[in-house]
Amino acid sequence: MTLRLTAVDLRHRNGVQALRDVHLSIAAGERVAIIGPSGAGKSSLLNVLATALQPSVGELALLGVQPWQLSSRARQRLRSRIGLIHQAPPLPPRQRVVTAVLAGKLGQWGLGKSLLNLLHPVDTAGAHALLARLDLDDKLFAQCQQLSGGQLQRVGIARALYQQPELLLADEPVSAMDPRLARHTLDLLCQHASEQRVTLVASLHTVELALACFPRIIGVRDGQIAFDLSAAEVTPQRLDDLYANAQLSRAPTSADTATPWLPRC
Amino acid sequence: MLSRHHRDPAAFPRLLLATLAVLLLWPGIRLAELNPGVLFDPAVSRSTGAFLAGFWPPAHDQDFLALLWDATLQTLAIATAGMFLALMLAVPASLLASRALSLSAASIGAQPGWLGTCVRWPVRGVLIFLRSVPEIVWALLFVRAVGLGPTAGVLAIAITYAGMLGKVYAEIYESVDQRPAQAMMRAGAGRLAAFAYGTLPAAAAELMSYTVYRWECAVRASVVMGFVGAGGLGQQIDLSMRMFASAEVASILLTFIVLVLFADLLSRVLRGRFT
Amino acid sequence: MRRLGNAALVLAIILAVITSFAYLGLNPFNLGDADSLGHMARYAGRFLSPDFTAAHLWAVGHAALETLAMSALGTLLAAVAALLLAIPAAGRLGWPMQGLAKLLLNALRAVPELVWAVLMVLAAGLGPNAGTLALALHTAGVLGRLFAEALENTPPEPANAIRLQGGNAWLAFCYGTLPNLWPQLLAYTLYRWENNIRMASILGFVGAGGLGQMLYVTLSLFQEARASTLILAMLVLVLAVDALSGWMRQRWIRL
Repeated sequence: MTLRLTAVDLRHRNGVQALRDVHLSIAAGERVAIIGPSGAGKSSLLNVLATALQPSVGELALLGVQPWQLSSRARQRLRSRIGLIHQAPPLPPRQRVVTAVLAGKLGQWGLGKSLLNLLHPVDTAGAHALLARLDLDDKLFAQCQQLSGGQLQRVGIARALYQQPELLLADEPVSAMDPRLARHTLDLLCQHASEQRVTLVASLHTVELALACFPRIIGVRDGQIAFDLSAAEVTPQRLDDLYANAQLSRAPTSADTATPWLPRC
Repeated sequence: MLSRHHRDPAAFPRLLLATLAVLLLWPGIRLAELNPGVLFDPAVSRSTGAFLAGFWPPAHDQDFLALLWDATLQTLAIATAGMFLALMLAVPASLLASRALSLSAASIGAQPGWLGTCVRWPVRGVLIFLRSVPEIVWALLFVRAVGLGPTAGVLAIAITYAGMLGKVYAEIYESVDQRPAQAMMRAGAGRLAAFAYGTLPAAAAELMSYTVYRWECAVRASVVMGFVGAGGLGQQIDLSMRMFASAEVASILLTFIVLVLFADLLSRVLRGRFT
Repeated sequence: MRRLGNAALVLAIILAVITSFAYLGLNPFNLGDADSLGHMARYAGRFLSPDFTAAHLWAVGHAALETLAMSALGTLLAAVAALLLAIPAAGRLGWPMQGLAKLLLNALRAVPELVWAVLMVLAAGLGPNAGTLALALHTAGVLGRLFAEALENTPPEPANAIRLQGGNAWLAFCYGTLPNLWPQLLAYTLYRWENNIRMASILGFVGAGGLGQMLYVTLSLFQEARASTLILAMLVLVLAVDALSGWMRQRWIRL
């Protein structure tokens, strides 16, 4: 098991109960999508999986070890094998794209190489290759502040891919992109995941995208797992129940998929 | 092989900068005779240590404290009197130097006329000159001209700060909304009247705030000018240092810190009041 | 109530000004009288023909370069020291270190440059070394406080993300915090350099080398012609550094 959550509770510092009695097992190489209404706890779940937040109650096992039982240094080494794609890419505005992408391997490089990279990029070709697949190769030397939201998200994805992690977690990785680009990028992520035998867990707010690209869907609502099914088993009724009363969350519908129009997403 | 396409555009400028820095650093260090190691030289550390050891306890005998009190009051007086004279010069100079009072520019979209510009730029030049020469140089000159003592300090502050205040006042007048004053000038009001009714109310808070801030700077400057004989705490520190009286130096430094804190506090209170 | 307070304040200020003049025994109207003005005018007149002989210009040029080197190196050393001190002062290394660092920075900047210069001359002897060290010490205190404030106000997300992917604290700082921080740090440093070039000129008055030392000597020997060349050199130096600093700001700190 690459990933196992057992009876995990998460209570934020401000007292809000984000996750409630979550049980989850994901095998190596699986591709899983997490869907649910806003505020359901998708980001919290991903942050727990990325070891950004420690569960208040319960056990977490990642890549065969329990991260919160490890020493700080061992946990850092574990973290370099886990890649998190943030919804709002945490990239310094003045940093150049090439440096931002190459920063993916900071957990694996030594101090000397990392500092040298700041002065002169050590693997421009590698960064270029990744950005070319994401259609951003002309922005190799641009500053992050010169990019649009969607372009910035793709740089964040490139950084996570460059890291070559064993476990790839994506928090709404395509939320700022138009439907066609979002589909293309997600296909790319899934293709990379299956080629490199990487476990991919992504939270998405566009249900059609989730159903189209991922074989396993987990629905989250109010901090609990509402369902954990394969894509074929997800019925419109289940989705209705998941998103009930979520009047404010309307995701853009993808224009060129053949799936029937779904009532609420 | 990296294609042309992959070459880092920032590589060359960075290399150039690095080379320049190295080329300048070595002669620079030679010129400045930089040698921080001298501070750790055993003979030096011994004598410095002895000097610093005398800092505790600071001198606190009656006579010296009376002397200190006198010097402190003198410093405050130099700063205040100097600022007053500076204002006497700065206010008319700023009015002359500011484009905010230009009648020619009062018409919509117009520029100040050439006659006005011929007056403004020389006045600005004089103000810049007055403030570019460090006040301590002025103090040194005045000490030679009018003798040792606080008069030299007052005059030095008056001249330098007239330059600073004048220039900044002129810029403040120009930075507030010009339209009220311009509208009045177009309606026939005189320059000064339009200024007083149109520009001054808007600029007053910032003017006060800057003036109080400069007064605080003047207090510190007065201490420093004492080193060239212009009276106040600075002259006292100079005397005590020459005599290696470390206990006295310690007391004076403490007094100076207290004075600066007091001036800072007063300045903040006044600025809070005015804005 | 407020009007009364304001009126009282204005009255207090007027009183303070009058007391100041009285305390110093100065009569502001006497300062402008014919006799002392004439005296000052005659003194000023002696400055109007600066000494431009080759030998003196050479000496002035060398002193100017010395002053420039003093100010530049002093500011540079200060910036490095300030960055090192700003990290604990911003609380990045825990509470006790923060208190200690802030105390050190406040002590460094409370003592004016001239006093530091006298102390350094006592310790390190006459010459520009004392001046450079004095500038470095005082400016480190000033810059350290500014750097710490800037550091406290940077968003922590980029650095946290680096830590989350396995980077250590130093890398998180260099890749996450520094890219956005350094233009601000550079702006503060350039601003202090503009100030320091003025200070470096006068630190020589207490023996710290450069133009100031020459000026003090020439004025004490009543060689006004030579002194005025030195004052001109000071002005040129100040203008040059202001211009250079302004260009650097335009180039690297585009707002």
